[in-house]
Amino acid sequence: MTIGFEFKNGQAAAEADIPRLSPDEFRAGLIRGAAAGLRPVLFFGAPETPGIRLYAVAADDRNSNLFALSTTFREGDSYPAITPEVPAFHLFEREFYEDFGVKPEGHPWLKPVRRGIAGAASAGPAYLFFRMDGDEVHEVGVGPIHAGVIEPGHFRFSCTGEEVHHLEIQLGFQHRGVENLFLLRRDHAGFRLRLAESIAGDSVIGHAGAYAGAMEALGRSPAERRALAIRVIAQELERFGVHLGDLAALAGDVAYLTGNAAFSALRTKIINASLALCGSRFGRGLVAVGGVRCDISPELRDVLRAAVADAEDGARLAADVLFGSSSVLARFEKAGIVYPETARSLGLVGPAARASGLAVDVRSDHPYGGYAYFPVHKMTLASGDVFSRAYIRSVEIGQSARIIREQLDALPEGAIVRPVAAPSADAFVVSMTEGWRGEIAHAAITDGEGRLRRYKIKDPSFHNWFGLALAVRKNGISDFPVCNKSFNLSYCGFDL
Amino acid sequence: MFELIKLRKRHGRPVIPDVLGAAVPPPFRGFPLLTEARCPDGCEACVRACPTGAVRKGPLRLDLGACVFCGDCESACPAGAIRFSPGHRLGATRRDSLVVDSSIRASDYAGSAVESRREIRRLFGRSLKLRQVSAGGCNGCEMELSACNNVNFDMSRFGIDFVASPRHADGLVLTGPVSRNMAPALRDAYHSLAEPKIVVAVGACAISGGLFAESPDVDRSFFNDAPVDLHIPGCPTHPLSFIRAVCDFLGRAGGRADDYRTGVIRSR
Repeated sequence: MTIGFEFKNGQAAAEADIPRLSPDEFRAGLIRGAAAGLRPVLFFGAPETPGIRLYAVAADDRNSNLFALSTTFREGDSYPAITPEVPAFHLFEREFYEDFGVKPEGHPWLKPVRRGIAGAASAGPAYLFFRMDGDEVHEVGVGPIHAGVIEPGHFRFSCTGEEVHHLEIQLGFQHRGVENLFLLRRDHAGFRLRLAESIAGDSVIGHAGAYAGAMEALGRSPAERRALAIRVIAQELERFGVHLGDLAALAGDVAYLTGNAAFSALRTKIINASLALCGSRFGRGLVAVGGVRCDISPELRDVLRAAVADAEDGARLAADVLFGSSSVLARFEKAGIVYPETARSLGLVGPAARASGLAVDVRSDHPYGGYAYFPVHKMTLASGDVFSRAYIRSVEIGQSARIIREQLDALPEGAIVRPVAAPSADAFVVSMTEGWRGEIAHAAITDGEGRLRRYKIKDPSFHNWFGLALAVRKNGISDFPVCNKSFNLSYCGFDL
Repeated sequence: MFELIKLRKRHGRPVIPDVLGAAVPPPFRGFPLLTEARCPDGCEACVRACPTGAVRKGPLRLDLGACVFCGDCESACPAGAIRFSPGHRLGATRRDSLVVDSSIRASDYAGSAVESRREIRRLFGRSLKLRQVSAGGCNGCEMELSACNNVNFDMSRFGIDFVASPRHADGLVLTGPVSRNMAPALRDAYHSLAEPKIVVAVGACAISGGLFAESPDVDRSFFNDAPVDLHIPGCPTHPLSFIRAVCDFLGRAGGRADDYRTGVIRSR
């Protein structure tokens, strides 16, 4: 099966290798690919003179291959939407329309993605909400500012009584123009790295790792094994820490305060281990283009080992208590179900997908960096409910702890950072990592002088927000908080 | 049941008893120590390395309000003229106090940058309820602000809490550079707070725009009508930085270590 230029995660290629198809061939290729099991990874425009180039990247997870294809449009053009055939393209097509004005005709849900917010000065049409008719229907609007200390977004529920029939999630409030800033300040390498660390403040290693991977590939200067192993350790610490925090919050959302207290104290230990490693509880300053900035001394290795062993042991006990409590299970089980078919058709990624039986994991499907040197087993659960999304975190905590231990036991010798050559000219690269939320993908395209011409970022939240919207249908509105927390999606990672 | 008892026993008492006296361990990057005397002639390596323009020369100075504490200036300096200490007491009431140079030592800064006004102590000294608004924050500062009330830091021992409604709040805690799309909601929230009220800007983004200061998608006109009473630098701001700065501002940090008014819980 091939639908375009075949390449691998983190492998730079000449941009000219990507076939330039007619819009019809392009669309037919993506639909054919999806029917054969390819998964959409990226779908984004880039301005050309004249016109607009549309790129798509699809993944063949079984063979660890990526396919890139492209087509061209003029401003104001339109094409028959792909979404009715392959729903996983739904948000990608909306985003491309919003950014470049090329209309996907027949798209069933063509609404703004990051614009159209009432009261905010932005071009384009206002966001119109779906409206249910009926005397019994009432709407509940929440946000953009939420009750807790979290990021903003607007949720609108259409309910009859307690039951949610439809949830519409309007995002875009956090839009900071990240992709644009990568180009505006493309001459400041340090700025770009710090910006990558700030795409989503809870996925610092995931995004900075994807960015560094892209730059190293473009400069054809891979980092040394020791640096790659340290990145793996930092990535697994990030996953470990966030998963512990999520279990704490899930316990808190069902008023199980013992679980909340126990997991949040354990989380502190893991993020403080990250501080011991690199000076930041969230991994900032660790990743460098060409390697990492912080080495692991024998003393630090002992500190990390002890922290991981302690938190893993504590997490196992806390999970036994949490998942052994019938009052907790009564709230978790059969709440917010996403069936495997729905998950597949939406293109969910990460733990949310694995909790619905979808075996997707970039570390295993498209190995990169340090993950190319050892197997990562894909673990799935079948039930797709809040329990499943909570329990998979507990399982993944054990997996992360084991990976960290193994990497610490066999840390390769070598330099932690090496110089990276300037990016090659007219090149193209896709760099994917498995952040704790799932697949992070960065695409970089350089111009004739090797400078960035387009930088595209996809946070896993881009795939998964619609999963949350569908998960709460036919659930009581009081189950929304726990459903939401079981996904814990990023606002700023989506809004960029 | 036995598992629950085991868990409770293992959990112990993770609270930091003297949270106002606690320090963040190295290699945390906190207060920067500048020694301009070490600067080689004409060297601007630190200025070029800084992603946010926080470092300036002539004289050498660093704006804590723009600093993302990445340490790139420290790595770039050939002479060790910039060193980040783990000092977490970074808060300041005046925006211009955040610009530090070689003459300012960490202890002097920590002891003087937060001014505690009498009326603030009188109004909010024993109870301060805060409404947090993230306006383009990346979830870094938001997670650290949430951590302020976890079992370790337990900020509510001081009567300081985050509340759900601006109507219940005495102050607004802002994170993020203020995205254009959040500007209207931020303004609404601010105007919904009853007078008298305070504004606390947390993190490089809120204080200066940080990495996003040049983005056309950021709108910082909010600050034209909303004066900031307390700035707390960081990227993200550490819970101890936040708690200490707010307590200094409320005049809560001066008492003896076991004084009930400081909220310190005696360790068993």
